[in-house]
Amino acid sequence: MTLSRKTSFKITQTMIRRKNNQPKINTSALPDIIFMLLFFFMVVTVLRDQQVGVKFSVPDADQVQKLENQSLITNIYIGSPLDPARGNTPLIQINDAFIFKENLDQAVRQQTANDFRHQSDRAITVLKVDREVPMGLVNDVKTALRKAKRLKVSYIANSGKAFQ
Amino acid sequence: MKRKINTRQSNEVNAGSMADIAFLLLIFFLVTTTIVNDQGIMVKLPPFDNEGQPPPTIPSRNILSVKLNKENLLLVESENLDISQLKEATKNFILNPTGSDQLARSPKQAVVSLQNDRETSYKAYIAVYNELKAAYEELWNTRSLQVYGMDYNRLAYTQQRVIRNQIPQIISEAEPTSF
Repeated sequence: MTLSRKTSFKITQTMIRRKNNQPKINTSALPDIIFMLLFFFMVVTVLRDQQVGVKFSVPDADQVQKLENQSLITNIYIGSPLDPARGNTPLIQINDAFIFKENLDQAVRQQTANDFRHQSDRAITVLKVDREVPMGLVNDVKTALRKAKRLKVSYIANSGKAFQ
Repeated sequence: MKRKINTRQSNEVNAGSMADIAFLLLIFFLVTTTIVNDQGIMVKLPPFDNEGQPPPTIPSRNILSVKLNKENLLLVESENLDISQLKEATKNFILNPTGSDQLARSPKQAVVSLQNDRETSYKAYIAVYNELKAAYEELWNTRSLQVYGMDYNRLAYTQQRVIRNQIPQIISEAEPTSF
């Protein structure tokens, strides 16, 4: 004797609600993705705090190496000023102040005054010099650096053959 | 009456506003920071000595004098060279394979002396310095292949120091001339 049971298929309330109410995509992962991008930029980049006031185009060289420690770097720019009112002769800019030749030694020494003892041999001075600048100015800067015991210097150059 | 407890978790916090805050921070960092990818020639300057002690006398065969004048012309040991010949000339001087007595007695005693003029262009100076450095790199590479069988860049720091002790990089820079 077979038991026949009518299976009644009732349209329940939850089924109606689910049809009108689209299921929400779980968006809790979206800020996590953005935070990953944010952490990447926080770690890889450096806060730009210096306005460059001189225009320079560095020469080419093939013996270039990347700079490792971004935090112990003093930037020295030498080139003709961007602002045409300042004339055409190359100027020296250390970190973000224009320095004239008379104050050069003092300015470089001021930079080193902010060093801790162990930092002065690890501090690197980055020289970004325009290719047409005469060497006299660069030599003055180098002498000032030697007097201030900042011996590690990097001449910034584009990677490429140095001569044709 | 048994009631099924709704165990489905519902998101309490609206994730959209968290994403907005994160976007704001991201845009702030994108705008105010830079990715620094400078490359440069690393140089260690000689310390400055105040007393002006006379430099130790080195026999002139052990010194390769490289001079740049204000026309950016190169003079190596009183010979006008083109910059493309500088690297080979330097390597020849340091290694001295023929044992000539005009060249360095041994790589350990070889000194390259660089002098420029105040009016020399920076580009010429960098080109010359680059060639001198390249000469040393190639010498170290050849020596490290002989001694360790590997490229110089792949050596451990202590091994690199051994090679550098055998062929020390001594580039001395003189005060610039000003005519």
